[in-house]
Amino acid sequence: MPSRVIELVVNGRHRELLVRPGMSLLGALRDGLGLTGAKRGCADGSCGACTVMLDGKPVLSCLVAVETVDGAAVRTVEGMAPDGPLTELQQAFVDGFATQCGFCTPGILMAAEALLAENPEPTREEVVRAISGSVCRCTGYTAIVDAILAGAEARRGVTV
Amino acid sequence: MTELIDHDYFAGDGDDLHVVGTSVTRADALGHVTGRTQFFEDLLLADCLHLKMHRSERHHALLKRVDVSGALEVPGVVRVLTHEDVPENWYTVLRLIGVEPNDQPVLPEDRVLWRGEPIVAVVAETEASALEGAARVEVEYEDLPAVLTMEEALTEDAPIIKPHGANCFIYEGHPCRRIRFGNVEHAFAQADHVFEWRYESEPIEHAPVETTGCIVVPQPNGRLKIHSNTQAAFFTLDNTALIIGGPFNRLQLVGGTVGGGFGGKVDVIVEPIACLAALATNRPVEYVYSRLEEMQVSSTRSAEIFVVKDGVMADGRIVARKVTCYMEAGAYTGHTTYGVTKCAAHMPGPYSIPNVWVDAYCVYTNRTPTGPMRGFGVTNADFALETQMDRIARALEMDPLELRLKNAYRDGDLKAHRKVAEGAALVEVIQRAAELTGHELAEEYERMSSLTHAGVGV
Amino acid sequence: MSVLHGRGYAAVNYPTGMNLGGDPSQALIHATTTGTFVIALSSTDLGQGLKTVIPQIAAETLGLPVEYILLDTADTDTGPHCMGTFASRATHRVGNAVIMAAREARQAMLEVAALELGAEPEELATDGSGFVFVEDDPERRIFIVDLALAAHFKHGRTLSGRGIFLKEHHDPVPETGEMDPDSCQAHACTVADVEVDDETGEVTVLKLFNVYELGRVINPALVRQQIEGGAYMGMAHALYETTEPYYPKRDHLPSNFGEYVLPGPAEAPEMESVVIERPSSTGPYGAKGIGEMTANSPIAAIGNAIYDACGVRLTTRPFTPERVLRGLDALKS
Repeated sequence: MPSRVIELVVNGRHRELLVRPGMSLLGALRDGLGLTGAKRGCADGSCGACTVMLDGKPVLSCLVAVETVDGAAVRTVEGMAPDGPLTELQQAFVDGFATQCGFCTPGILMAAEALLAENPEPTREEVVRAISGSVCRCTGYTAIVDAILAGAEARRGVTV
Repeated sequence: MTELIDHDYFAGDGDDLHVVGTSVTRADALGHVTGRTQFFEDLLLADCLHLKMHRSERHHALLKRVDVSGALEVPGVVRVLTHEDVPENWYTVLRLIGVEPNDQPVLPEDRVLWRGEPIVAVVAETEASALEGAARVEVEYEDLPAVLTMEEALTEDAPIIKPHGANCFIYEGHPCRRIRFGNVEHAFAQADHVFEWRYESEPIEHAPVETTGCIVVPQPNGRLKIHSNTQAAFFTLDNTALIIGGPFNRLQLVGGTVGGGFGGKVDVIVEPIACLAALATNRPVEYVYSRLEEMQVSSTRSAEIFVVKDGVMADGRIVARKVTCYMEAGAYTGHTTYGVTKCAAHMPGPYSIPNVWVDAYCVYTNRTPTGPMRGFGVTNADFALETQMDRIARALEMDPLELRLKNAYRDGDLKAHRKVAEGAALVEVIQRAAELTGHELAEEYERMSSLTHAGVGV
Repeated sequence: MSVLHGRGYAAVNYPTGMNLGGDPSQALIHATTTGTFVIALSSTDLGQGLKTVIPQIAAETLGLPVEYILLDTADTDTGPHCMGTFASRATHRVGNAVIMAAREARQAMLEVAALELGAEPEELATDGSGFVFVEDDPERRIFIVDLALAAHFKHGRTLSGRGIFLKEHHDPVPETGEMDPDSCQAHACTVADVEVDDETGEVTVLKLFNVYELGRVINPALVRQQIEGGAYMGMAHALYETTEPYYPKRDHLPSNFGEYVLPGPAEAPEMESVVIERPSSTGPYGAKGIGEMTANSPIAAIGNAIYDACGVRLTTRPFTPERVLRGLDALKS
């Protein structure tokens, strides 16, 4: 079966890419567009490291056949602070020492962004639920949850 | 963030440090939160080939026939590698520091010893065609009896699965690593109580979020550049060079950014065959574990069994400790002989016990070869030893922290491996934990110190 | 039909360095004309923070701000030998190698500064600000960028250094096990508070108290990451992790994170952590290794807490709900 051209709006930019049959959105982003922030940890949806936003919703991009989302809007971690200062969320991760090896971080940031877009003042339980699809082997999660809450507060203009 | 460091203990010279001791922002945090940190697989190459393995489906079997013709017919497959393509077909990870034996082939010649053992490497234009090719390899097995537990492996009439004639590693003519310190039997006879209990731990997967892998890129000057997530760059380079032959300086390894290791990325298992594939094709080759391979094929923390026998006086002093322990190497030795020695060195735990006997076994079974994992040789041992301490405390109706304080080692004590202790602080961490949790200690225990023997029963 | 509370304890030590030694690491340092000191290594960062603590150690030794340190790792062409990051060895061995290299570079730096300032090297001091100054007359000073330019272009001096740390390898004596396994030992005491549901067998870790002695804390935030991340892994080891979920059947292996049971953020316990310092005579600024040990004492502390809660003594890890329930049944009969 031949490859075909599809269109995605990635981080606000129209991109055309050549995709092979069965190629995942993750593969298209990484190999097709060089956006390697989303990671391949399992290719079966069980680790969350590939999480990106698709038409405003968090998805496991390793499980999305990219041909089926021709024309969709995609946001990746690279689109969070494309050329300027870090978002409050990212800064909270830095200041709160919420990263160790960093491999799970992009996926978790995307899941957190998706949560905050819908719910700018989440409870701790809501944050926990939002990131429960992401595996982190290093941190034990508490610093991550704290950072998401702190980032949310900063975004709302509340001094922590 | 609450203050982490308690400066009240070991009041020292009050060093005037300006950056050591401060919470400097992580150097890699910015890269992590922007997704710009470069892990090995973030290297994008237009012309990269992909390597996938055909793996054994049997626990223990002779290889009667290995037919790769099916793989070669798959469109996109460019090369197939078998043991014949490996110049020095021994993978002995600790060979560089003189640890034997050569018992693990890179690709097996005539038999497989565990389900998942790699047999044939298939190199193709895409991952999909490499996987298809690997699936099309046909292997005819002649099953051999398999041992799947350590107990099985050590029974009298167990089938022997290793060529040296035993299902355990022989340490200088002896079936186990030994510690012999004092006279445990004499001490058991004198003790008020003798307790003997057994502990078991099941294997554990490192489960890093980033799987093991490498990309090998032939260089314009004929060298190979290995992009790897190994935990040990030169370890990997040197072992790979031994396997593929040729000058060591033909290889360059770059990396240093690992998405979680925990000991699972010191196995040097993907680089050698990927290098051979790169040399055979003169193209970049990626060999990365799928999550399934990371779960089932990559090394695990070994299953372990501990039997701990203690001679204890009525006042809580432990006068003898005899430990018999078994660490499962799985099908091949790997790092396990080292881990067993480290386990023996750790005995009897952080306590001064005048009579210690350890028999520590490295046991072979037809299972996934195990490897180092965070706390190698110690984690499961501490589970056994500290559960034992709790049981002794209960049996003697003694406070569990006071029992530990009474037996804690101090500076100047001779350890079971005959090294004189220094820098001890078990007493202090226990005292601080008691304070932290509102656990009252009797005054004599409050006054104890790692620097003296005051308060230790005679 | 109740939720039972219990508390358990465990106290451990842990060795720093590859067992029996023989695991060297080297470091090279040189200053460029930007006044920045580049450390060349072949060491790896697994997330534990080598890329942060090594520059801290170098900055401390050189007497410069950490912003003037760059770390270049890992490339075996340009970074000298390192045995690797494992066995809780990196901060200790690489740190010591970097101190040695930085001392040599610092001496060169002071000698050039002495020429520039018209003083003797022994009269000079640094305070971490980036200036080298005459201790008794601090107005006479030179900034590291100017110093580096002067060294290179005016005095023809390199501001560089070389370092290596090796604890020599010794084999054990076979008959007695006499051996020299490590460079120092770190210590820990964990107290675990748990809840056991005697109807489901599920164990919830409510809180872990982590007390550590680590020689010297190079970076408190990173040490906390290791303590708490490791405690969490210890809890995972204690209650969940096994590649044999259908023990004693050993042939069903997990294939992904769905089948390999790990706790998630909802299971994260409360933690309180304290570190005390007893500087090691062998460690960089007295630091001892910490990367591995943090998963160890939580396991027995949790097991002992389960016993305290419900009287079930679990001697096979992991402490699954099934094992707890079987234990409770055995107690009743």
